[in-house]
Amino acid sequence: MNRVILFALSAATLCPMLAAGAIATSSWENVPRKNHTQVNPMAGDSKAIAGGAALYREHCAQCHGDHAEGVGKKKPSLKTERVRIATDGDLEWFLRQGDLRHGMPSWSKLPKEQRWLIVSYLRSLQE
Amino acid sequence: MTSRALLLKIARFLVFAPFILGLSDLNKARAQDKPYFVTYSQDLEEPGNLEIESKSAIGTPNGGNQFGAVAGEFEYGATAWWTTELYLDGQGTISESTIPTGIRWENRLRMLMAEHAINPVFYVEFENISGADKNMLEVVGHDGKSDLAVANAASRQDHKHEGELKLILSSNVRNWNVSENFIAEKNLGHAPWEFGYAVGVSRPLSTSFRDCTFCTSKVPVGVEVFGGLGDTWSLTMRDTSHYVAPVIAWYLPKQTRLSFSTGFGLTRSSLDRIYRVGFAVEIPQFGHLFRGESR
Repeated sequence: MNRVILFALSAATLCPMLAAGAIATSSWENVPRKNHTQVNPMAGDSKAIAGGAALYREHCAQCHGDHAEGVGKKKPSLKTERVRIATDGDLEWFLRQGDLRHGMPSWSKLPKEQRWLIVSYLRSLQE
Repeated sequence: MTSRALLLKIARFLVFAPFILGLSDLNKARAQDKPYFVTYSQDLEEPGNLEIESKSAIGTPNGGNQFGAVAGEFEYGATAWWTTELYLDGQGTISESTIPTGIRWENRLRMLMAEHAINPVFYVEFENISGADKNMLEVVGHDGKSDLAVANAASRQDHKHEGELKLILSSNVRNWNVSENFIAEKNLGHAPWEFGYAVGVSRPLSTSFRDCTFCTSKVPVGVEVFGGLGDTWSLTMRDTSHYVAPVIAWYLPKQTRLSFSTGFGLTRSSLDRIYRVGFAVEIPQFGHLFRGESR
């Protein structure tokens, strides 16, 4: 029985410590220069926008809304000044990184080409 | 209704629930995990989403009867850095019986909040299972085919309360995923720590995107290698079992996923083959159904 208690205590202590040891969240100032200046190879391509819209529906709409209008504070709109001032490179970097502490998952599991498609679609929303 | 009939109903539900949900309109999110059956990658469930998956394992140990084990998996994204998961295990062995074999509760926590070249994830699990469990969701210590040949009537008498820790190291590099798992498992009774490993590599057949069903971009393929590394009483590779298993998945319409794997035993202690089938369906923002929030 002591072993059970010891195991439970170890797990309960270790988990929050590991989570608390996490590194800072993402913002445009933190984007590395090489990512910040990256150019979307599919910028302005209407097929890329359509493909990005399909990917957005699959992966993003459930939180950010069907038209990126957002749902409350935790699931922000993507038609904001913050997104508008970001470079394409910033957005691709942010999709890869996510913001785990604030609920945005990392999309590094998507191929980079597909992240650029989503960036193309997000750009089209700002116009 | 007898308890046996009830258990069979539950087992049927576990197998078919993902299929039924896959036909409903509940799910709009893509179940896009890696195709692995044993190896864990850095990917966690999206926060608020629930993934229901049935994973089956079919094998025939020497001197034993053919078995089919099924694990019903309920995986919930508690936060973007914490995924919690409940497994309900069962198995049927030809000429013997069909029985539930226990439950597992696991938690995976991202240790670093940013994406790095190697991303560590801490895994902790509690298992309340019987010796008849044949799901082989991990192989540790000196696990081998002789354990799987024991008759259900005898093996189900052996109740195990186990804790399991894993360090998951995973990288998404140039559309490839490379994941390594180091496993330490402890029976909470008087038993040694047992060790194991799992390594997986996978990639989608194509990285370009097309909004279609029969596209190579919807088919990730890979291979995983897993096995036991002995225990603290006998820290040797002797009588350990190891497998290499090609894996393939298909992201189906209605945002579901079908996956297959054939594992080939590499040592005398291993099963010759183990066949696996998985079917998953994802329910987006499941948690919010209970909080009364709009999507």
